[in-house]
Amino acid sequence: MQAYLWFIGKRLLQLLAVIFCAISATFLVTHLSPIDPVEQVLGRLSARSNLSPEAIEATRVALTEMYGTNQPILQQYFNFWARLVRGDLGPSLLAFPTPAMDLVGRAMPWTLGLLVTSTLITFVIGNLLGALAGYNPDNRFLKAFGLLSMGIQPIPYYIVAFILLIIFGYFWPILPVSGGFAMDVRPGWSWQYAGSILQHSILPALSLVLVGFGGWFLGMRALVSNVINDDYVTYAELAGVDRSTIAGSYVIRNAIVPQLTALAMAIGGVFSGTVITEQVFNYPGLGSLLIDAVNYGDYSLVLAVSTVSITAVAGAIFIVDLLHPLLDPRVRAE
Amino acid sequence: MTLENNAEILKVENLRAYYQMNYFGVSREVRAVDDITVTMRKNEVYGIAGESSSGKTSFIKVLAAAIRPPLKVVSGTAKYSFSTGPIDVAHASPAEIEAVRWKHLSYIMQGSMSVLNPVRRIGRTFQDFAQRPLGLKDKAFEDRVVAHLARLKLPPDVLRAYPHELSGGMRQRVTIGLATVCHPEFIIADEPTTALDVVVQKEVLGLIRDIQKEMGASVVFVTHDMSVHANVADRVGIIYAGRLVEEGPTREMFFAPKHPYTAHLVASLPRIGDTQQRPALEGRPPNLADPPQGCRFHPRCPLAVDICKKEVPPMEVVGPDHRTACWRWKDVEPLVNVAKPAGVMA
Amino acid sequence: MFAVLRDLIRYNIEFAIGLILVAIVVIFAALSYVSPVDPTLIYVAVPDQPPSAQYWFGTNSRGQDLFWQLSAAFRNSLIFGITVAVLSRIISIAVGLASGYIGGWVDRVLMFINDIFVAVPIFPILVLFYFVLRNNLDSFTLALIMACFGWPFDARLIRSVALGLKHREFTRHAVFAGMSTRKVLLEEHLPYVMPIVFSTFMNNMLWSIGLEVTLAVLGFTNLNNPTIGTVLYWANSHSAMVVGVWWWLAIPVVLIVMTFLGLFLLAISMNEYIDPRSRLRRMGA
Repeated sequence: MQAYLWFIGKRLLQLLAVIFCAISATFLVTHLSPIDPVEQVLGRLSARSNLSPEAIEATRVALTEMYGTNQPILQQYFNFWARLVRGDLGPSLLAFPTPAMDLVGRAMPWTLGLLVTSTLITFVIGNLLGALAGYNPDNRFLKAFGLLSMGIQPIPYYIVAFILLIIFGYFWPILPVSGGFAMDVRPGWSWQYAGSILQHSILPALSLVLVGFGGWFLGMRALVSNVINDDYVTYAELAGVDRSTIAGSYVIRNAIVPQLTALAMAIGGVFSGTVITEQVFNYPGLGSLLIDAVNYGDYSLVLAVSTVSITAVAGAIFIVDLLHPLLDPRVRAE
Repeated sequence: MTLENNAEILKVENLRAYYQMNYFGVSREVRAVDDITVTMRKNEVYGIAGESSSGKTSFIKVLAAAIRPPLKVVSGTAKYSFSTGPIDVAHASPAEIEAVRWKHLSYIMQGSMSVLNPVRRIGRTFQDFAQRPLGLKDKAFEDRVVAHLARLKLPPDVLRAYPHELSGGMRQRVTIGLATVCHPEFIIADEPTTALDVVVQKEVLGLIRDIQKEMGASVVFVTHDMSVHANVADRVGIIYAGRLVEEGPTREMFFAPKHPYTAHLVASLPRIGDTQQRPALEGRPPNLADPPQGCRFHPRCPLAVDICKKEVPPMEVVGPDHRTACWRWKDVEPLVNVAKPAGVMA
Repeated sequence: MFAVLRDLIRYNIEFAIGLILVAIVVIFAALSYVSPVDPTLIYVAVPDQPPSAQYWFGTNSRGQDLFWQLSAAFRNSLIFGITVAVLSRIISIAVGLASGYIGGWVDRVLMFINDIFVAVPIFPILVLFYFVLRNNLDSFTLALIMACFGWPFDARLIRSVALGLKHREFTRHAVFAGMSTRKVLLEEHLPYVMPIVFSTFMNNMLWSIGLEVTLAVLGFTNLNNPTIGTVLYWANSHSAMVVGVWWWLAIPVVLIVMTFLGLFLLAISMNEYIDPRSRLRRMGA
């Protein structure tokens, strides 16, 4: 038990270090720009409304102070971290003066919900079927399944989402293709609301599952095909051990370990995919927020979404890593 | 000690098992086991010797009912006579084989490093392997296992450990324990001492011998190391290129071999104080996809004559319990004077 | 080498199909070098014409010949993909071999950097880059950025191979004979790693083109430079499906699926061929 706590402690430190470096890098990127965010914001503001020159000047002063662009870069860096830790990245532009972090906070549960459920579904079903396919290589149904997932897997998230949109939007409109819940349902703790959410999440989740499924299926199938030739499996078969025990405790238990590592590596990509898919289906998560922010030129919001995304993904990887020693006793000994 | 009068436990007759492969338009048939006939008896240790790629491992796989495509039994039988009845493993149904596995027929595999499931505790592995054949409830089963492990000088908390937590020697003893806990009548040991250092080797051989005597089981011991056979086996059979070329009591095989190949194998063992150069065989073992005509040993045999190149020599009885397949067995002399060693060892 | 290719084509159906698909697309893209039309010009042909003898793929709402437009688009996208794949291979080989072989603090630092890149979700960051650089984000810069994100996974793979190679006899011989680290890595270890490099090359191309398409469809790249993504973007913004100009969307999508499928099939069939255990499985073992 003590070894496990030690392990958690080490990984936690690593997590914090990674988040720190990644967000700092993000900060650096935004300061690469030859564009002055203050001027950009002012440009947008004055384009959409009529402001008197005095008002523009006052806004410029206020914004410069807020963004701190008149200070040396090191000072800006410290201010950035001070504000970030407080959870304040300034007001968003597209919903002025709602703070950017608030908007992110509202969008986050949608993205997380979609991400977690679709990842769980793809991981569990993909690996299970992949293991069965590896164990029964001649099963025709599983072979066909393999071909299908091979076909869909390389197609980018956007295209698959788009195709689903066309199918269910034009040809066979039985599922809603837009929004997080129906327009006429009031948000709250009701079955109607929950049902509406579920209904609206089917297509985005489906598109994520279709793309992600193939990777796990093919990977697990290959892993299982190798593991069944390992000595301990051959020996167990020689001894007449119960077939389902071999499948579960000998083959899958050993094959899933590298898949867990792969899951940690894949989370970043799945997160990106979720964000992309949301955009196609107008799902009110971080994806749509990000796109709107970019189109609006909303600097604070873009920064907010980026930092939160990095933290979320790093955190998810950390949680997956914690599962590792539970599944593989050899890691516990380290 | 002649075991001629012991009852039979395994009768292999004209067994042929080939690897049949078809890939990239090329078809190949590797004749790994080509017409082997042998009988093994109760309560004996039968050693099988032969070079790598001689076909001995494939032969063992057939005996263990562990063949998988592309290896296939083409003809012949391998009949066991267990206490529950006879069974031909070359042709039995999976259900029949399941009924005898581990309870009557068990297997000690090569390489103790990797035969145990790394993510499963030893105790659970024992349950997987032996609980069903023994048909005992959990507590009774555990007691039986603990008692058995004690015989192998392993403490009971080994059951709670994972394989990587044990030393190599302990793992090997666990593997032996796993194979013998059900008191099987027939144990196949496939190179159990290869890759072990001599001290551990001696220990393991001792354990196997002790357990065999205690349980009255028959053991088939496969190894290319002739000194191990000298130590442990009652009878030895030599396999060359998929065929059995000589078989006899161990002492006979070492002091008076009747096949040139056996003579060379025996002569290859070093002796303390010996200053003679070891005679080496020329050439290499034949390609089993395209073996030589007639006696398969003839390209390398110093005694080969015309008939050896054309016709397969039949198995002939050349002494009590001693058979050989050589046209010129009468001319075979031991290559090194085995009876009178020059050194301290007598 | 050609015997290997011939065998693969004849007996491995996935490889054959993959090769055909990719060959079609590559030839199609190469045609753009002899294009009679400048693909960056708009309103040079009659808009909204369905496929016919004169316009093989029809024309789009911007008055461009879709055939030549797509040809240029595919050429640009493929070159982009190859650039990213080559650059990220170089980084992943350098990091993987150095990390696995040298070990110690070099390994720790490199793997830490690796972890950082793994933890960062690429899409939001790419959007951030676009936001910051706007029209300064040309193809090559984007390729550089993507290459920086495409190496972590493969670097880890190569690192594990390198770790195994470190303790092999021939490595120790080389070191004992006085070979410098750089030489050992380049001449002794690199050949072992090449199979991984080849199979991940295709995957990397797929990934980078896919991401580029996604960015472009959302309008986050230089829209005047024809790539697969920008074609889709313009089709979208002109509401091609609604207006009835279905060929503007359908044909690119078909070609995209062909390209991706082809590259993917090549990748997995080469991967399977290189791994001797999977070859044994094909033989029926």
